[in-house]
Amino acid sequence: MNNIELIFPEIFISLSIMFLLILGVFKKDSSKIIHNISLLVLLITAVITFNETLSINPTTLFNESIIIDYLSSFMKIITLLATFVVLLISSNYLRTFKIFKIEYPILILSSVLGMMIMISSNDLIVFYMGLELQSLALYVLATFNRDQLKSSEAGLKYFVLSALSSGLLLYGCSLIYGFTGSTNFNVISTQFNTNEYAITFGIVFILVGLAFKISAVPFHMWAPDVYEGSPTSVTLFFTMVPKISALTVFIRFLYVPFLNLIDQWQMILVFLSIASMLFGAIAAIGQKNLKRLIAYSSISHIGYALAGLATGSNEGIQSSVIYMTIYIVMNLGFFSCLLMMKRNNIYYEQIDDLSGLSKNHPLLSISLLIILFSLAGIPPLAGFFAKFYIFKSVIEQSMYFLAIVGLLSTVVAAFYYLRIIKIMYFDEEKDSYDKDHNLWLKLSLTVSTILILMYFIFPSELIDVVLKINII
Amino acid sequence: MNFPILSSLILLPSIGALFLFFTKSKSENKITTKYVALFTSLVNFFLSIYLWFLFDQTTSAFQFVEDRVWIKGLINYKVGVDGISILFIILTTFITPLCIISVNNSVTKRLNEFLIAILVMETFMIGVFCSLDLVVFYLFFEAGLIPMFLIIGIWGGARRVYSAFKFFLFTLLGSVLMLVAIISIYWITGTTDVVQLYELGIDTKYQNFLWLAFFSSFAVKTPMWPVHTWLPDAHVEAPTAGSVLLAAILLKMAGYGFIRFSLGLFPSASEVFTPLIYTLSVIAIIFTSLIALMQEDMKKLIAYSSVAHMGFVTLGIFTIQQQGIEGSIIQMISHGLVSAALFLCVGVVYDRMHSRLIATYGGIVTVIPKYAILFMVFTLASLGLPGTSGFVGEFLILMAAFKDNFLVAVLASLGVIIGAAYMLWLYKRVIFGKLINSELKKMIDLNKSEAFTLTCLAIPTLYFGFYPEPLINTIEVSIRDLIDTYKFSVASKQ
Repeated sequence: MNNIELIFPEIFISLSIMFLLILGVFKKDSSKIIHNISLLVLLITAVITFNETLSINPTTLFNESIIIDYLSSFMKIITLLATFVVLLISSNYLRTFKIFKIEYPILILSSVLGMMIMISSNDLIVFYMGLELQSLALYVLATFNRDQLKSSEAGLKYFVLSALSSGLLLYGCSLIYGFTGSTNFNVISTQFNTNEYAITFGIVFILVGLAFKISAVPFHMWAPDVYEGSPTSVTLFFTMVPKISALTVFIRFLYVPFLNLIDQWQMILVFLSIASMLFGAIAAIGQKNLKRLIAYSSISHIGYALAGLATGSNEGIQSSVIYMTIYIVMNLGFFSCLLMMKRNNIYYEQIDDLSGLSKNHPLLSISLLIILFSLAGIPPLAGFFAKFYIFKSVIEQSMYFLAIVGLLSTVVAAFYYLRIIKIMYFDEEKDSYDKDHNLWLKLSLTVSTILILMYFIFPSELIDVVLKINII
Repeated sequence: MNFPILSSLILLPSIGALFLFFTKSKSENKITTKYVALFTSLVNFFLSIYLWFLFDQTTSAFQFVEDRVWIKGLINYKVGVDGISILFIILTTFITPLCIISVNNSVTKRLNEFLIAILVMETFMIGVFCSLDLVVFYLFFEAGLIPMFLIIGIWGGARRVYSAFKFFLFTLLGSVLMLVAIISIYWITGTTDVVQLYELGIDTKYQNFLWLAFFSSFAVKTPMWPVHTWLPDAHVEAPTAGSVLLAAILLKMAGYGFIRFSLGLFPSASEVFTPLIYTLSVIAIIFTSLIALMQEDMKKLIAYSSVAHMGFVTLGIFTIQQQGIEGSIIQMISHGLVSAALFLCVGVVYDRMHSRLIATYGGIVTVIPKYAILFMVFTLASLGLPGTSGFVGEFLILMAAFKDNFLVAVLASLGVIIGAAYMLWLYKRVIFGKLINSELKKMIDLNKSEAFTLTCLAIPTLYFGFYPEPLINTIEVSIRDLIDTYKFSVASKQ
């Protein structure tokens, strides 16, 4: 077998999962050690991915069903690092709810494994396999706080709707297989007949399934409920990591086999993007719960990432990747703040609970202020540049309507971010929150805030990295 | 001369703000933090004066240019000044220390944060006037929303939340279209560097849309009728220092933008849309002057008068004549000084009586005579009495307008009369008359810092009123060159 070392990261992570499972069964009270080992595993996997696969030429494995190239390696590293931080800052939260169990890191690792397979997939079946692996782990994670009604409800809802979308996706796969005779992306791209409408149907079904996974409007209904009900640390995971992998599949699925059919899918993507941007922005205005609000905000953000994909150009893909990267940093910062809103072992998650935060916690609130302005896309913060690259690539393709609607929805979105700032800064204070936070939590907040604030000093670094992504 | 003087001007206030951020704001430390902020802004002021001293008035080329790669292959961080921008930089650095001095009485809570916000604001304002790249300009232009939003929202009056939101969303809505235009320019010409764009020119067929996109942003910021409604709210609710910054400098960004970008980059579109600007300006001048006449709140009255004055500015800019544009710039500088002073004047009586209503006052000339004198100076400057800087600007603008369009000039002159009416009536009702309200007798006259700030503003107002030569000398060559290029490109397109 040639080039087997290219899937060392996946092999390593699956062996670790098995090892951790056995360790969890045979050693009592091993949740802490398993947690730490998992962190280590994620870090090592990221290092292996970085060393082994980042700088190689695109290579396919296993009959071209797995592809290792710059995009996949980059996305894997982001996935692993984001998961690493999620795991790092969630321990205190889990302990508070007494759900600091061995299953949590193991489930996260298995879903990460699924995502890595998805990211590398070059074949509909491999892609589906990865998708199901990550989804099954995510269902369980959503219900992880099973004593709470809302958490169970979230998991069930997610399971039912996700299963439905997986069904649609499979149906799309079977249509494409039926009309091209292969499930492999490269083969499909040479086999299909552009006049065959059934293929377009197949694409639409697969897009629906994928849109569900990234919670793009109109397939977003599950997101607010699931985000609200799941434990906050899991919500953090949901808002970022599965979207990276689904977006990668989006890119590969649309750009490798079906770039010639761009006329067919471009309008769909433009619609998904505009609907997500606008709906996310408008629906978030009425929210009272921060997790629900961030659900709508993430819907809106995914709309911007999709706008980059809708361009059909390499610049568009790159801008989407930049967008997601910056979005992840902002999201990590936001959730670090959310995880700090704890008083007497109770976590607060209503917007009103932030009232007057700036008086009791000046540093926390200034960080949140920066993160929120960045999420709203106000210069000179990182969020502005993320949007700037997206609109740059969108306007390059003369898609002015998309650009103008997108920018107008940032104004609408600015309203609800400003509302949080208003509550933090202009309203009367309430009791102060606990100040003895986990060191990692503080560190994650500080680092993400500084990255957002200082991004404008070194904007080229991220671009240089992303510019190597070359799909078309 | 390799010393990056403009970047220092931009960065210095932020460094001061950073320093303040890391000092603990204890109550006994208030004086120290204020001195730190004042020191920073004064250093910046002297640096900008030094800049004016070094400035070469005989050329229209950009000077002190710094050009660094910022985003590789995309945007350069490019700053520089010419005759048009340098005066605004000096205005900014001049007004900021006065604002900091004036916070004495009006800001009682979170002084440290307030000073940080003001200093950060100064960075962004100077950045706007220096930047020679559209993206850098946009960055500074928009970034200014953050500190101003906080200044209005945290330290403002009763309806501060509404005003802060209105200010933020109005301005943002205007600006996003400008971003679309800037990115479009990048794809049309391949650069966002203003100097290169001046040389390259932009194809006429794109100009109208681009002009409108820029206009949407500048019209909100100016503010022009009918999108001026955020201004009275923002002014009324902002703390005194906030109002001063808003009136004196923020509004000027738009006037500056019109000259630098609308005229400079889109000459043929400017030619097409001049009637639109004329109409809106005349409506702004007459309509808002009439509204100002009816106001019962002093701050609101001055806010509406700002809209009217800015109407003169836009009118003057789009006459595209030497006098018109010179007049507009002088009018902006003068309005920067005078409106700042008027808001400070309102702040003075507000700090004592906690009322901005005109009806509260009356007959205070006997109680606080020093105040009455200084207020008089600024009232007269605002209505454009000869001998004050307000006169020079309005006169030049009207002169240019008469050459271009008689009707517009007559209507605008009518606005001058209404302007005189509301300002004098305001003065009469507040200062003269019978002292009915017995509370007023307890008012104390100007303290040292108030007298100092107002005098600082009165001196240039009068000085440039009698002798506007230094201002005109600075801007003359740049404007002549701008108009020549403009006329040339309009003529060559036809």
